[in-house]
Amino acid sequence: MKIGVLALQGDVAEHIASLGDCGVIASGVRSKQEIESIDALVIPGGESTTIAKLAKAFGVFDLIKSRIASGMPTYGSCAGMILIADQILDGGVDQESFGGIDAQVRRNAFGRQVDSFETDLTFAGISGASFRAVFIRAPWVESVGTQVEVLASFNGHPVAIRQGHLLATSFHPELTGDNRIHRFFVDQLCKESTKAGI
Amino acid sequence: MAKENSAQTGTSRVKRGMAEMLKGGVIMDVVNAEQARIAEDAGAVAVMALERVPADIRAQGGVARMSDPGMITEIQKSVSIPVMAKARIGHFVEAQILQSLGVDYIDESEVLTPADYTHHIDKWNFTIPFVCGATNLGEALRRINEGAAMIRSKGEAGTGDVSNATTHMRAISDEIRRLSSMREDELYVAAKELQAPYDLVKEVATTGKLPVVLFTAGGIATPADAAMMMQLGADGVFVGSGIFKSGDPARRAAAIVKSVTFYDDAKVLAEQSKGLGEAMVGINVADIPAPHRLAERGW
Repeated sequence: MKIGVLALQGDVAEHIASLGDCGVIASGVRSKQEIESIDALVIPGGESTTIAKLAKAFGVFDLIKSRIASGMPTYGSCAGMILIADQILDGGVDQESFGGIDAQVRRNAFGRQVDSFETDLTFAGISGASFRAVFIRAPWVESVGTQVEVLASFNGHPVAIRQGHLLATSFHPELTGDNRIHRFFVDQLCKESTKAGI
Repeated sequence: MAKENSAQTGTSRVKRGMAEMLKGGVIMDVVNAEQARIAEDAGAVAVMALERVPADIRAQGGVARMSDPGMITEIQKSVSIPVMAKARIGHFVEAQILQSLGVDYIDESEVLTPADYTHHIDKWNFTIPFVCGATNLGEALRRINEGAAMIRSKGEAGTGDVSNATTHMRAISDEIRRLSSMREDELYVAAKELQAPYDLVKEVATTGKLPVVLFTAGGIATPADAAMMMQLGADGVFVGSGIFKSGDPARRAAAIVKSVTFYDDAKVLAEQSKGLGEAMVGINVADIPAPHRLAERGW
């Protein structure tokens, strides 16, 4: 199982470190060959507009889109959540996503940086203490399709969702040193797809 | 609603984390909404709203202050990416005003005329994070001690001459490497020499890096300049006058963005350096008398 972290822009190193804590050697991927060679993908936090533009400029946008559509386990945090949602609200002009999760995600929904916050969340599927979640100019999930499972909510808004091989969080587990969500991705989403032979 | 009460804003993790999200990106100086849109279209991760780019501040002289809040608000409305703005060194009221506008980051910047020649802003008092300039490790750690959540090496703004950016970036990484190689009992004297708090010095010695994100600034004018600063260890790049003082800003902006992502791939850099038109004319830092160098402001 080879996991890549999309390394066009954002907090790539933090995701690689979190995966490393779960015993997975992940590497940054940016070129076509690198993206073709991986079995699972993490899309980091960053600026979703910048990441999408760079993916287009370097000709990997459609490749990522089709690999996600054909079952590659993918986890997106914050900007990554926006990029794997089917629909973006309050995006930039013509902002496009790779899509995959049947959900509407509202960009910067929790406000500007002055409103960014951290809080404790209950995350369905991970055991133990509540999860310290860091929200930075974070999106929330406005609505989800019937296939989408809501794993965590804050003030009535879903902030962690899963649809089959796809996982998305509004917040940044890679900033806290608590790797339970990365472990959940590796154990639940990546290994399941290996079993199914995808 | 109990949960809402437990949400904490303005924590170090939230402030420093915001800078983590900018890594591998380019932050561009813009003076109006139209330039801000060009920057966003080119793939900037944030814009710095200011009335005059450093090259014009340098040319026109006079006291440079915080920008008109109306102009900052206009820029906030026109783009979806983060908007930063500059306050004068030590001018905590300009910072209060910028915070009330909801800018995403405040740059306590030597590019503006300092308001206090002794004290910097106490940045712990703010919910909004601050970025500050530094020419060496001691200066960077003093700013972090005052609450800066991001550091940029200063370079020499408004020149298009990258030499000071390299000097400052090398100075910071050189001093970090030196600390990492020291015995623990040598760190006390190192802290004294750096004029920085011992706890931060020890943290840097242990981790081998600054506790906050380190960008670079001051004189970056070409894709190659930006890529060199990334290879020297910067987490990302501020480009001030270099874009909108050049012949074809939109093209140059996009080329610099791509070159920061592929900073270690000379083929991509060659491609991005082609046909960009005229770069900003620039000034050699050596031709600027020392008292007029902006990097000397801040202590």
